[in-house]
Amino acid sequence: MSAAPEHAPRMAQLSLGDRLGPWMPLLLVPALVVLGFLAIPSTSSWLTLTVSGLAMGMMIFIMASGLTLVFGLMDVINFGHGAFVSVGAFVGISILLMMGHMVEAPSLVLNLTAVLVAVIGAMAATGLMGWAFEKVIVKPVYGHHLKQILVTMGGLIVVEQLIIVLWGPEEIYFTRPETLQGAITFAGAALEKYRLVAVVVGLAVFAAMRFVLRRTKIGLIVRAGVQNGEMVQALGYRLRLVFIGVFIAGSALAGLGGVMWGLYQEVVSAHMGNQAMILIFIVVIIGGLGSVEGCFIGALLVGLMQNYVAFLEPKVALISNIGLMVAILMWRPMGMIPVVKAK
Amino acid sequence: MSDPILRLEDVYTNIAQYHILQGVNLEVPRGAVTMLLGRNGVGKTTTLRTIIGHWRARQGRILLDGEDITKLPTPAIARMGVGFVPEDMGIFADLTVEENMVLAAVSGPIDSARLDWVFSAFPPLKTFWKSEAGNLSGGQKQMLSIARAMVEERRLYLIDEPTKGLAPAIISTMARALKDLKDQGASVLLVEQNFAVARALGDSANVMDDGRVTWSGRMAELAGDAGLQERLMGLSLEAH
Repeated sequence: MSAAPEHAPRMAQLSLGDRLGPWMPLLLVPALVVLGFLAIPSTSSWLTLTVSGLAMGMMIFIMASGLTLVFGLMDVINFGHGAFVSVGAFVGISILLMMGHMVEAPSLVLNLTAVLVAVIGAMAATGLMGWAFEKVIVKPVYGHHLKQILVTMGGLIVVEQLIIVLWGPEEIYFTRPETLQGAITFAGAALEKYRLVAVVVGLAVFAAMRFVLRRTKIGLIVRAGVQNGEMVQALGYRLRLVFIGVFIAGSALAGLGGVMWGLYQEVVSAHMGNQAMILIFIVVIIGGLGSVEGCFIGALLVGLMQNYVAFLEPKVALISNIGLMVAILMWRPMGMIPVVKAK
Repeated sequence: MSDPILRLEDVYTNIAQYHILQGVNLEVPRGAVTMLLGRNGVGKTTTLRTIIGHWRARQGRILLDGEDITKLPTPAIARMGVGFVPEDMGIFADLTVEENMVLAAVSGPIDSARLDWVFSAFPPLKTFWKSEAGNLSGGQKQMLSIARAMVEERRLYLIDEPTKGLAPAIISTMARALKDLKDQGASVLLVEQNFAVARALGDSANVMDDGRVTWSGRMAELAGDAGLQERLMGLSLEAH
């Protein structure tokens, strides 16, 4: 036995293809932007649509990022995720309506303070709600996908009805804070200010999530838990607590997305979360279940696709995202950046 | 066998409707390597999984240093200083080797002297420190799995078939590392099918059959008695 040769491997240089492989999905976003540029006759329209698509993508990402982690880490299919979007929007908008003087003042500082307060309020409310939702609705059905779908769908309906009870059945219209209205002109294209803000917020959320997941121990535990929860526990980490933390964070992010979506549309309704769920699910599936990066890329693709196609061929817009999903799943059946292996 | 680090008293474990462990009695002495041997399917892996708490004992008691851990959740058992190397290695494939090791160091940053020792036992881990663990070979994954348990001093190491499916060259690396661990005075409960490795490392041995420990004694005694092996395990493992 001891006569066997020593095992001494060396590192080999990866081929270009091997090194580029993991980044392929990332290249899809610029590729789609270039494709849009070629297809759209006017450069200024293209620029407007691109910013608008990116903004929409960022907002979808913020709403969807929590869901992909919840699915990846806990193997829970949460159809009730949309409820947090709706509640976040209603709480946030209610806070903004209460602070009318700050919202209407033509001061950037006052406006942003009001929005920040609304965002914090909405995230606190949806985070708390996420904690209760996990305890009451999700906890009893861990490990049972069909039950999860049924019971979380039921939870969504209950929350929607509660919103109607609390805020009434009517949609609530409002106007964005003074300084977030209007557009700036850049290279002949009108770029809505709020969309630029959405892009910045989305990038910040993505950067923060990546930092937490890549650079902190809690992030390591989450990523390891997505792959092998049993082993994470055998190393001594209480995965259950991490589960709850992720669920709360994911719900709070959905709440943030809800406020931003509400501000974008300048109207909130009890069903807005439910409507957003279709896009959210598409994004989570094409991104690869459990992958934040995949979710980010998927959201940008969906946002851009929706805007470009709606401009070029409005009738096709309805099926463009489903088409995108089909195409990506044919290319990568587990999604662009698969994290969770088939169970 | 006085003052064992781990004692199983009449442990029964079911998996779904199957009765896998049917009254396991086992003592793991402190500062020695205890072998758990037996044919496939007799409950060796289930015994380890029951100790770490992945499966729950239906009946009986598991005592770590005299403290009852039977009903404790897995993370609490691990935090008491039980290192676990599962049969499937339990590698986090999408994390780097470094990240795998950082996670395994539960109580804080990795001790650099300890890490040097791990590297000296498993040099490839140093080479592939920043690589994704999923790209490692089977033997390197097994090294990582054991290294994760070794990265902190544990009261007890539970190691499930560390040489399964490995080439002879890597088996010798593995055996040397385990010998190193043993020389440091670690308490190890080791499931092993490779009889040469078992004989080289084991101080005492327990042979299981049909969900029970059917023989306990010194490893040397078992190794030196082909007839006993034949009787306990159905065939002479020496032949393999």
